[in-house]
Amino acid sequence: MKRTCVALAIGFALSLSGCGKQGGDAAPAGKAEAEAGFAAELRNKLLDAKPGDVIDVPAGTFHFDRSLSLRVDGVTLRGQGMDKSILSFKGQKAGAEGLLVNANGFTLENLAIEDSKGDGFKISQAENVTVRGVRVEWTGGPKTSNGGYGLYPVLCKNVLIENSVAIGASDSGIYVGQSRDVIVRGSRAERNVAGIEIENTINADVYDNVATGNTGGILVFNMPALTQQGDAIRVFRNKVFQNNLDNFGAKGTPVASVPAGSGVVINSNDNIEIFDNDIADNQTANIIVSSVYSTGYKDDKASGEFDPYPERIYVHDNRLSGGGDSPDRMDFKALKVAMYGLGGHFPDVLFDGYVNPQRKEGPQLCLRGVSGVLNADGPGGYKNPSKDAKPFDCALPSLPAVDLKRG
Amino acid sequence: MPMRRFLAALGLALLAACTRAPAPVAFFAEGMPERLSDWNVVYVADGRLRLNARVEPYTLDSPLFTDYAHKLRTVWMPEGKAARYQPVDALDFPVGTIISKTFYYPVPDGGRGGDVVLRSADTGPEPDGGLALDKVRLVETRLLVRREAGWIALPYVWNAEQTEARLMRSGELLSLTLLAADGSKAQVDYTVPDENQCAGCHGTDLKSKAIFPIGPKARHLNRDFAYPGAGSENQLAHWQKIGYLTDVPAGELPKNPSWDDPAAPLDARARSYLDINCGHCHSRKGAARTSGMWLDATTRDLLRLGRCKLPIAAGQGTGNRPWDIAPGKPDDSILPYRMESVDPGVMMPELGRSVVHAEGVALIRDWIAAMPAQDCGS
Repeated sequence: MKRTCVALAIGFALSLSGCGKQGGDAAPAGKAEAEAGFAAELRNKLLDAKPGDVIDVPAGTFHFDRSLSLRVDGVTLRGQGMDKSILSFKGQKAGAEGLLVNANGFTLENLAIEDSKGDGFKISQAENVTVRGVRVEWTGGPKTSNGGYGLYPVLCKNVLIENSVAIGASDSGIYVGQSRDVIVRGSRAERNVAGIEIENTINADVYDNVATGNTGGILVFNMPALTQQGDAIRVFRNKVFQNNLDNFGAKGTPVASVPAGSGVVINSNDNIEIFDNDIADNQTANIIVSSVYSTGYKDDKASGEFDPYPERIYVHDNRLSGGGDSPDRMDFKALKVAMYGLGGHFPDVLFDGYVNPQRKEGPQLCLRGVSGVLNADGPGGYKNPSKDAKPFDCALPSLPAVDLKRG
Repeated sequence: MPMRRFLAALGLALLAACTRAPAPVAFFAEGMPERLSDWNVVYVADGRLRLNARVEPYTLDSPLFTDYAHKLRTVWMPEGKAARYQPVDALDFPVGTIISKTFYYPVPDGGRGGDVVLRSADTGPEPDGGLALDKVRLVETRLLVRREAGWIALPYVWNAEQTEARLMRSGELLSLTLLAADGSKAQVDYTVPDENQCAGCHGTDLKSKAIFPIGPKARHLNRDFAYPGAGSENQLAHWQKIGYLTDVPAGELPKNPSWDDPAAPLDARARSYLDINCGHCHSRKGAARTSGMWLDATTRDLLRLGRCKLPIAAGQGTGNRPWDIAPGKPDDSILPYRMESVDPGVMMPELGRSVVHAEGVALIRDWIAAMPAQDCGS
């Protein structure tokens, strides 16, 4: 604060001295110094924080050439608004994320994190995480060199992300990984490879979000060789439209295999309920149900105890329109022409066809109110695709709502 | 007046005495002393960085790479206290332990005071255990202090005059030019970590948030060291002899080979390198457990080690390569790609370097190339 005052005083003195110019030149210089002062101060505030502290970020753009980190429980970092208080990491020289937190009871509110070299905001192994009104953005638009994840809670319990925005992530805009009890709501994901991704997470509700202009809108993924398998995810009341952006993810990341034009993608997960969403104009398919085998993971030995097959998936009561008319990838294009003709389009649901032959009750993929489903016969190399919707005519009990018990 | 003059003279005499026989090491049970000299673990006298009494220098079979910085490591324990042997984790040091690591670079002849430093192999301290200040540039000294409540990490940055190091809890970026023997130069954005970033590596169990030393594990210490005036001796044996280590089991103790020892098997050298450079995060409990890739010495599962393993949260860090390790194909493997990068969003480790460790990369590439080729899938 002292430094800020000094900087302001110098700015003021310069503007008074004039030198025949208007004082206007000096004012921005003073502002820049004040912002530099606060940037240094913020680093110390994060080091010195005590449980219960609220660290206020004033309006302004604050530049950091190293990442910020916090390890104290029960701290709130709060700005003046996602377009007013900006933590900018443009030209960052060190650190793998913008803000890295390893602390329970952390709240991030009303600010923006821009142009970090790696992930925007990462919080790991924490309980009771709140992200509210936060924007993470790579301001140069979609680029493979952008950071991987925008908002990135991983190995967390009890996570609330709301009214937030993620733009330009080269992997996922809002990504919740290996966590338990999660709500992502009222948020917007645009121009990321994956808009919102819930991966290897147990008990998550994803609702009232907008995912548009991404490669894939909302992804529910399960990957092998991680700390837990995902389970019990509800995706409802979201608007998922025109996710047709060319995939700019680096090859090797699981999302790099997501075809452009994917609305909602379920991959190797069990117990998923997709309902009451508006899903439209996603050019490969509005809904894709697939196995990890379609993401490039072919080595069975590597899968270990992992269940690669999607099971007990319940899609019902959505409003679906358009889409499927211009699928990504040559194999899908060929498949579309073969099955539906040059001017035709895939139905609402595309299923890659991998099922566990040991499971007597079948995969229990229950699809209601969709224009149709194409079983692409992935295991057979797309040779015997099927439009038969009968195996998918079933219903499942609804999943319970996630209760974060926040009062 | 005569009294005051007497006191002044006495002060000077004491000061002179101090340079020969300094006050003992000061352990602060709380607080964060502003100056490195407050601790009196290492001190500057007669143009040298010296070690105080009972401050033991040590080295590691394979050290963690930090922008080609040389490192002077020391350990000090209070009288009558000793560390307890641990087979895998860092030795169990007693409350009161102070571990110091001074990062420094040799400087070109007559080049003192500038930002040009030499890229050269770390040959360890001088025979007295200290450093000649006309030959090196001291950058920072990090202290790990074992207090009642656990370890704390304190980074001290040396001043330009090389007379004192000040606590820099918020860290710093230092711009240095690294001059190689062939005359080539590289720019180094040397990062002094902030206190939280110290925990990024030393918080080997992210959940507990406790931090621990990384280097002083039995398998890293199990090698000879040329002790000042005492000849060469195995470090674990020496620590037992001077009363710094107890509960050492009989028989052969675990040992990592030196990563650059051409006589050691390639696999053991590579694993040793990965263990010290990556294993503190990439382990069952470490911060990088999220990735499912574990590189510490105890990991045996080849998938966990990265063989034919898909990355999880690598983003652009994959470099368009599908597998962490594609056996036989270093150019198709993500691991060397991330070691070869200096982009903060791509490189591994995430902290602690701004240039590529060319020799380390070569080792890991050779290791992967020597694996029997295997098709991981498409």
